[in-house]
Amino acid sequence: MDAIILQLLNGLDKGSAYALIALGLTLIFGTLGVVNFAHGALFMIGAFCAVALQRILGTSFVTEDPTQKDFLGNPLKVQTPYLESWFGPETGSAIIDWSVPLAILLAIPVMVAIGFIMERGLIKHFYKRPHADQILVTFGLAIVLQELIRSYFGANPIQSPAPEAFKGSFDFGVMLGFDPNVIIYPYWRMVYFAFSAVIIGAVFAFLQFTTFGMVVRAGMADRETVGLLGINIDKRFTFMFGLAAAVAGVAGVMYAPINSPNYHMGMDFLVLSFVVVVVGGMGSLPGAVAAGFLLGILESFASMNVVKNLLPGIDQIIIYLVAIVILLARPRGLLGKKGVMED
Amino acid sequence: MTKSNFTRRGMLKTGAIAGAGVALPTIFTASSARAYTNEPTGGTVTLGFNVPQTGPYAEEGLDELRAQELAVQHLNGEGDSGMMNTFSSKALKGNGILGKKVQFVTGDTQTKSDAARASAKSMIEKDGAVMINGGSSSGVAVAVQGLCQEAGVIFMAGLTHSNDTTGKDKKANGFRHFFNAYMSGAALAPVLAKEYGNDRRAYHLTADYTWGWTQQESIQAATEAMGWETVNNVLTPLASTDFSSYIAPVLNSGADVLVLNHYGGNMVNSLTNAVQFGLRDKMVNGKQFEIVVPLYSELMAAGAGANVQGVFGSMNWNWQLQDEGSKAFVKSFGEKYGRPPSNSAQTCYAQVMLYADACERAGTFDPCGVAAALEGFEFDGLGNGPTLYRADDHQCFKDVLVMKGKENPTNEYDTLEIVEVTPRAQVEYAPDHPMFAGGDLGKCNSGA
Repeated sequence: MDAIILQLLNGLDKGSAYALIALGLTLIFGTLGVVNFAHGALFMIGAFCAVALQRILGTSFVTEDPTQKDFLGNPLKVQTPYLESWFGPETGSAIIDWSVPLAILLAIPVMVAIGFIMERGLIKHFYKRPHADQILVTFGLAIVLQELIRSYFGANPIQSPAPEAFKGSFDFGVMLGFDPNVIIYPYWRMVYFAFSAVIIGAVFAFLQFTTFGMVVRAGMADRETVGLLGINIDKRFTFMFGLAAAVAGVAGVMYAPINSPNYHMGMDFLVLSFVVVVVGGMGSLPGAVAAGFLLGILESFASMNVVKNLLPGIDQIIIYLVAIVILLARPRGLLGKKGVMED
Repeated sequence: MTKSNFTRRGMLKTGAIAGAGVALPTIFTASSARAYTNEPTGGTVTLGFNVPQTGPYAEEGLDELRAQELAVQHLNGEGDSGMMNTFSSKALKGNGILGKKVQFVTGDTQTKSDAARASAKSMIEKDGAVMINGGSSSGVAVAVQGLCQEAGVIFMAGLTHSNDTTGKDKKANGFRHFFNAYMSGAALAPVLAKEYGNDRRAYHLTADYTWGWTQQESIQAATEAMGWETVNNVLTPLASTDFSSYIAPVLNSGADVLVLNHYGGNMVNSLTNAVQFGLRDKMVNGKQFEIVVPLYSELMAAGAGANVQGVFGSMNWNWQLQDEGSKAFVKSFGEKYGRPPSNSAQTCYAQVMLYADACERAGTFDPCGVAAALEGFEFDGLGNGPTLYRADDHQCFKDVLVMKGKENPTNEYDTLEIVEVTPRAQVEYAPDHPMFAGGDLGKCNSGA
């Protein structure tokens, strides 16, 4: 039982990342009809916003310590962050310690700007082109963004630790009546799950309860009619692209402490997220979220030793297996509209 | 008036004979003048440096390239002489190799066997590379070694730690300076037993490919010989990025040690995940829970940050070694690039020098002559003390380092500390050891 609860928690966490990326992909596909293969790169750039802010906050002045030597035998260069000299060692290091959550403040404008530039500068020219062209151009863009990050930050993963207050793990099992140390779960992963739920809720509330959201939903259902009513739907859809980029970016920021950011992390998530979108139903926001969590949990259960012993290699193919079964039985996906991906 | 009686058939016949006549000398010239693949005929000789320039190990590849470029400079007599003064063999003269100026071409392995073979093939066929050096994956090393054997050039492997490279997949044209998984186990196990006791229960997570399998087999055998018990070995997909599903069950498995047979990004993520799950803070079986990373690299340790602190592992070489060869290399590399070299950089540098030295001693670039000069060659002064290139399997034997993540690092390069320099005798094994069984070294191929 304890193993099942642990894998359920793991699945919810994996599902959070899948759901957030799939949500952004679906927002873009549902509004603009574009299959955005650069979406994983936006998630990666978000994670590097955390790295960048960490570096900005940690910017230091350098002094030499003649009592210690560096690897060449020269006096050791000691770095002291400006923040520590300005606000004192404790306050300064506390600000640096909180660089990942603070990076959300940096990521939102950066990602919205990148989203706007991407949509207006490149993707709008491909609206009337076949999906294959859109895939090629966005995939190319993903590689360009990835290589830009690599050229500046290098190929090595970069640690972006969670604030000290959220390090370590929580004895979840004790709350459920288990013995201590049976079900422990990292604090930051719980934060990530809660944060994802808030973001998903906020996006749905925005679309459901605001006039802007209502117009966007109407535009998703019938773009031409909304346009005929004198509403500039293109402008709203461009905003939605920026919003989708921001969702991916903020998801990336919060993911940085879970697995160290590296320049190809976007590609690692991209294919899985597309499977999630297709399983959920192309264009369906609730479908993307539901499929994200479903596949995250199934993947987690498939990696349990008892399951792997029964079906070797199942952890590597479970997502694709489930996708095949669901699409055979229901080509439109779990919550997809009738007519999308089926005759 | 003359009548021309050319016919179509006659034209074809004449053309075919004339064509064959023109081509004949060329065919004979080509086969008779080329004694072996890419025999250098001008004033230069070309070496092929095949390293990951893109993909997850690109940083490792970049450091290997830096070292190889430095080696070429040293061979050509440009700048600091580096290790050449400390190297026990004095055949190198600093005027290139056999009087020919050394130039190099590079290929990108992408850490993919197919891409690595394609780039090696291109360097051999199009650029005329007379040897291939480098790489950062056992899968790639095995693939490129096979290609070089077929093509008739020497392959000097880079960072490849699988037993198979000089075990079941060994080839007469392939040589490995780097240590292997068996040596890691043999060096690490006694230190682990001393630090953590003889009655530990280990849980292994293993990358599901050639390196992971042989690494796990080696460390399991070595620790079990010390009295440890192996609770479980779980294979993890190479493409995994989040290891939480594999790590979560460890705490309830009855194990009190987690062995991460992972490398590169896999290791960074699995170690980070293990620390997140609080494994290192827990007491199990009345003992402090411990994590072991059998194979370390400086770049990996930098990626894992504070998570490596106090974690034991092994290395081929480290810039903190105080022998004269290591000091000279670190100085030369550090002055040129402003950073200490990684252990894969050192191995790639050493291999270029060893190859060049073997050419000088053999008096030829002929792969079979070079291979004969490398086989059984004993040398010193390139780091890790006296070293032997064993003839039976082309594996280098030298001292192995046991490392520990530094508790209080003073700068970004100060991530690992040397705990023990394990003597070569402790990590040696017979050529027919079961972990290296199968395969055949075969015969050297010069491509003639």
